[in-house]
Amino acid sequence: MGRYLARRVLQFIPVFFGATLLIFVMVWVIPGDPIRALGGDRRLSESVVQAMRAQFNLDDPLFIQYFKYIGGVFRGDFGTDFSGRPVLDLMQQRLPVTIRLALLAFVFEVIIGIIAGIVAGIRKGGFLDNLVLTSTLVVIAIPIFVLGFVAQIVFGVQLGWFPVSGIRQGWTSYLLPAIVLGSLSLAYIARLTRASLAENLRADYVRTATAKGLSRRRVVGVHTLRNSMIPVVTFLAIDLGGLMGGAIITETIFNIPGLGRAVFEGVQGQEGTVVVGIVTFLVIVYMVANLLVDVLYAVLDPRIRYE
Amino acid sequence: MSDPGIRSDEIAVEPDVDGEAVVPDGELEPTSERAGSLWADAWRQLRRKPLFLISAGLIVLMVVIAIWPGLFTSVDPRDCRLENSLLRPSAEHWFGTDLQGCDYYALTIHGARVSISIGILVTIFATLIAIVFGSIAGYYGGVIDSIIARITDIWFAIPVILGGIVILNLFRQRGVLQVSFVLILLGWPTMLRLVRSSVLSAKEMDYVDAARALGIKNARIIRRHILPNSLAPVIVYATITVGVIISAEAALSFLGVGLQLPSISWGLMISEAQNRIRSAPHLLLFPGLFLSVTVFSFILMGDALRDALDPRLR
Amino acid sequence: MVAVAPETLGGLPLDPHAPLLDVKDLKVEFRLDVGTVHAVNGLSYTLHAGETIAILGESGSGKSVSAQAVMGIIDSPPGFVTGGSVRYRGVDLLQLPDSERRLVRGNRIAMIFQDALTALNPVFPVGWQIAEMFRVHRGVSKKQARERAIELMERVKIPSARERIDSYPHEFSGGMRQRVMIALALSLDPEILIADEPTTALDVTVQAQIMNLLAELQADTGMGLILITHDLGVVAEVASSVVVMYAGRAVEKGEIGALYHAPAHPYTIGLMDSIPRHDLHLERLTPIVGSPPDLMAIPSGCAFRTRCPYAQERCVTDVPELEPVGEDRLAACHFWEEVQRDRAGG
Repeated sequence: MGRYLARRVLQFIPVFFGATLLIFVMVWVIPGDPIRALGGDRRLSESVVQAMRAQFNLDDPLFIQYFKYIGGVFRGDFGTDFSGRPVLDLMQQRLPVTIRLALLAFVFEVIIGIIAGIVAGIRKGGFLDNLVLTSTLVVIAIPIFVLGFVAQIVFGVQLGWFPVSGIRQGWTSYLLPAIVLGSLSLAYIARLTRASLAENLRADYVRTATAKGLSRRRVVGVHTLRNSMIPVVTFLAIDLGGLMGGAIITETIFNIPGLGRAVFEGVQGQEGTVVVGIVTFLVIVYMVANLLVDVLYAVLDPRIRYE
Repeated sequence: MSDPGIRSDEIAVEPDVDGEAVVPDGELEPTSERAGSLWADAWRQLRRKPLFLISAGLIVLMVVIAIWPGLFTSVDPRDCRLENSLLRPSAEHWFGTDLQGCDYYALTIHGARVSISIGILVTIFATLIAIVFGSIAGYYGGVIDSIIARITDIWFAIPVILGGIVILNLFRQRGVLQVSFVLILLGWPTMLRLVRSSVLSAKEMDYVDAARALGIKNARIIRRHILPNSLAPVIVYATITVGVIISAEAALSFLGVGLQLPSISWGLMISEAQNRIRSAPHLLLFPGLFLSVTVFSFILMGDALRDALDPRLR
Repeated sequence: MVAVAPETLGGLPLDPHAPLLDVKDLKVEFRLDVGTVHAVNGLSYTLHAGETIAILGESGSGKSVSAQAVMGIIDSPPGFVTGGSVRYRGVDLLQLPDSERRLVRGNRIAMIFQDALTALNPVFPVGWQIAEMFRVHRGVSKKQARERAIELMERVKIPSARERIDSYPHEFSGGMRQRVMIALALSLDPEILIADEPTTALDVTVQAQIMNLLAELQADTGMGLILITHDLGVVAEVASSVVVMYAGRAVEKGEIGALYHAPAHPYTIGLMDSIPRHDLHLERLTPIVGSPPDLMAIPSGCAFRTRCPYAQERCVTDVPELEPVGEDRLAACHFWEEVQRDRAGG
């Protein structure tokens, strides 16, 4: 297990530096003046441009630039926006909101998704199975922003069940956005659980477990479930990336002042450095989460520990 | 998919000039034949499935709309009269009008072209890159595989929407080419991983060892034996990817980093609709509907293909 | 706490004098979209305590399915037991609800399978899987169950049992894994053990070890052993009597020695002749002509007629029943006398 962990961490390091370097290069090494590009249509005075150049060490050779930048990231310095305000401030202000939203969405998608998948997988071909399959397909097909608006109109405005925007109503304001945010992942989780369960139910060890005289409930609930969860857990890691993109959209639609909305505001307000800073942070979070899930995977599947 | 591509009693091996045994092309037909029968079987099954027929029908419809919008509307989407601003759907304007007074039906119809072309363009290129590098990585293994795998990991670490926002934000001009380019850049890793794992499992099959033992050159083994048998999941995934990309482009346009005016994109239309949802829901409804149906049909098609090509998954 | 040895089953008393297992005219079919597979078509045999019966046949003969029907673990749908009886100590298991059968499964009748790697759950330690039997069927505490599991592993001669109890199936070699399965099967001291091709996936030397282990354990416990296999060599070592199956029916039955010495059914002869034997200096093997029957379309009359050198018109119309062909021997062939005679002469 230790060797597996060590290998995973060792694989993580080049990917970490590689990805952050990639973003860095794509932003700062484009033809033309990166500062002006980040500023969009904004009119920038010379002094501001010079100040930004100094901040991002643009007169240094590329690699020095990058290392100073990464060094800054480790200290929490993600640069400043065009008014000189540190991006970190904005992030600190907005992060808790997004965490609440994401957590709620995550709990929702995991619980309902897995339950739906189990129900569908056990009664394959039945009514519930087809119901789950169809509804998940519809959710997957409808883009999240369309879903978001429709949900907002139907459940928020017309039915009045949920607050429509902002976070003034306390935690209930997070409910509808969390459901919308989690819906796409829920669909994938349900399908994956269903397929995984159906496959595992055909496995040899199920026959052995039944021959041992165990109840059906135990065979499915203990023996197959553990095996079936393995691909789902792996998926959750990859899905986090989608969740982040979804958070940007959901927070925009529902006016939730989180990190995602900050990205959108950065785009609208021509604050390129804010966009880059927050996205870099999110990418790092994504990579770390994937590493953690790899570890979790080894806990669930002992065969992996010896690879 | 275990399917021996070579029937040993039919192969005549001739040594070529270098002394390396080369099998004449004709004798390798069995592989394509057997792989061919997989496709033939699949086609026979698919023809009967309603899901496939419905999705295929929808896709064909959308593609036709994309290529020949004139067939569906003679109205010029850019012929906008301000006095017609924000009209509800009526006999004259089937889908109503937008803020500028442009006919919304015409706009929606014309919006298909951009979305679908980006979807197909990106998928084709991303798949090509994935097939070339994925099969090299999977087949040759070793250092090449490690390098390609690492590079893929690095790109994979950047989620599509996030990466799309960062990169596209820097472009002043964002047309179909620019958006497609960025989506290809961010989309190939997933496809490559799929190809690579497909190739890896095809490589394990005994018929590959048999081919090698007969002295067949690697490139030919990849082309004739491994690829046909690992292509099925790639095709399924590529179909689904078209839908995903169309959705992604719409999302990016919605956020303001995708296509720009004067392009007509469903995502853009929805983005402009957001402030008027209650007062003019038709602005959201029609592009939303068309977008959803298009994405839905590609994903449905992918599902149908998967069921037909891999019976185990039923 | 579950009763250890239920004296009644489903309300009916268990008869200590009745044979352990009495299978009569068992019929199993699988109803698929493309047709019905008639996997077992009237199989009968009787097992007494301390006896070993070998059920011999090729793949597709119905041997595994019949065992699964006895255990009651056939997936239904698409499988259905459509006839016959399976009496355990006089009580017909097929008439009992699954809740009652579960009391017998694993507890009184146990089964081991061919490939221990896939038959064992890969994500739980072996000790846990063995101990589960005690925890679930006997209500024993985790700690006690663990101790019993270690004892069992030692009994099947797994070295360093105490250290390896928390290892996973994939960490054992093939032979050791099979021992784990045997330990699991024996945990509750079953009266009957069904071994479905226990050595097919193992190396020859390991095969012998496992068969010896089974023989020893049987001698120790006096349990009845049903050995399912396609391997004549394995059968010869262990079994007292043999049931040769073809197309879901028994075509020949009897005591091993006599059967080998004077087989009375062409299929049995075919099986015997198709194994390589170094004591006879043969130049080629004689495989049985043709291929096993499609169980969705079993030939009329005698199912073996399409591959039988003795086949005649009668074989197309009349299904041969099992007839006595010697002391304690039965064969289902219209021409068994001729078959035996030719064999003796040739």
